Parts: sequence; structure tokens; C-alpha cells
Amino acid sequence: MSLLIAFLVGGTICAIGQIVLDTTKLTPAHVLVGFTITGAILNGLGIYEPFIQFAGAGALIPVSGFGSAIASGMLAEVKRLGWEGLFTGAFEITGLGVTAAVVFASIIALIAKPRK
Amino acid sequence: MDPKTKAEQKKYQELVKGHSKKTPILKHVVLAFLIGGSICLIGQIALNYFSTVERTQGEAAATTLAFMIFLGAMATGFGVYDILGEIGGAGAAIPITGFANTVVASAMEFRREGFLLGMAAKMFVIAGPVLVYGILAGFLVTLIKASLLGLFP
Repeated sequence: MSLLIAFLVGGTICAIGQIVLDTTKLTPAHVLVGFTITGAILNGLGIYEPFIQFAGAGALIPVSGFGSAIASGMLAEVKRLGWEGLFTGAFEITGLGVTAAVVFASIIALIAKPRK
Repeated sequence: MDPKTKAEQKKYQELVKGHSKKTPILKHVVLAFLIGGSICLIGQIALNYFSTVERTQGEAAATTLAFMIFLGAMATGFGVYDILGEIGGAGAAIPITGFANTVVASAMEFRREGFLLGMAAKMFVIAGPVLVYGILAGFLVTLIKASLLGLFP
């Protein structure tokens, strides 16, 4: 059941992105940034975390989940440290992913050749 | 303007419209739905597994994200993600695997410009804006929310 919900919700988020891409002049970079900001705002409004509880990876894997994770990491760190948390929290949850991307990208760039 | 040319103009405009409507939006949207949904489905399988292994839900989520980034990076290295992106459009770009794809593809492409000013400097040429605006949005949202909740003394 969780698999079906993840498929449907994740697919719907991507379909919305595709509609924006096809009906406006925005580039993919604009759409990615827009989804990230939307995720952060929805997290602040207390909407995105219940959404992840419901849809699992369907809400977590799209880049809006990344934006939401930045905001929830910051809030958790503010609760722990005070205002310093605003500056330490961004990578509290997302740091694992960003570091993973840097490490994998470096290794793969060393061994693989780009397609033409 | 006499009505004949007006009618001809209208006919011509319809002809142009018919030909320019060649971007099949519905097909793009369905493909984005299927590809994006499938990637999230794989993510859910990973999340279900890591939920049984990790101690907290947060850790399971973080591990799932890292695992999906690993998959996206590998698929990019093998040239599979390029094909997925051509078919799936936003369905391949919006999942976190697409984030990994942009980082890895940039690193691979700019490697020939050197390891410092090429690979390292341009690794986040596409993913950078996502990080910058994600951090700025998170900062503002958290600043407002924490102030309203009275978390700052």
C-alpha cells in the first residue's frame, strides 16, 4: 500500500512540474528551485511533515522534500541551540545527501567518461 | 480588410496552430508521472527497508535519500540517467536522483577543464541554485516560525 501511495503522490508532483515546464517559459532549473522553496514554505506551515508521514518516499524523494528537510533541520537546531541553529541547521538532515553527491560525483568523474 | 482575406487569415492561423501544437503536453505529463512515480516507488522500497534497520524515522529518511543519490549517481555514470531524462523530463529531474544526476553530470563534463577550476568549481553549476534558494527559503521560514513560537530569548 505504501508503495502505491508513493508512486501516485511522487508521480503527481513530477507531473505538476512537467505541466509547469510545458506551459510556461521557465527552465528546469527554475522549476527545481521553485519546488525546493515551496517545500521549505510548506514545512514552515506545518504541512509538509504530515504529508511525508502520509506519502512516504512520494513526498520525501521529490526536491520539495529536500527543501522541507532544510527547514526542519534548521528548526530542530534552533530548538537545541537558539539562534545559532539558523546557521547550523541547513545541513542537519540534508548534509548526508549533499556529501554523498560530492563524493559519488568525484569518484564517478574520475572513472567514467561523459557521453557525447 | 475584405472578408475573404480575413477568412483566409483565420484559416492560416488555424493551420499554424495545428502545426505548432506538436508539443504533446499530455504525453510529456504522463511520462513524467510514470518515471517520477517509479523513482519514488523505488525510494519507498528503500524507505521501508531502512525503517526496519535504522533507529529513528529521521535516520531512515536520511539514509533513503543518500541511497537514492547513490543510485542516481551510478545511473548517471553508466549513461542511463540521460536517457531517463530525455523520456521522463520533470519525472527524472524533480526526484533527488535528478539532483545527484546534475552534480555527477557536471563533474564528469567539466573534468576536462581540470580538477580544481573544472570538476570542483562547476560540480554545482545546476544544483547550486537549489542549495542557495533552499537555504535562503529555509532560513526565512525558520526565522519567522521560531520568532512566532518564541524560541529566541
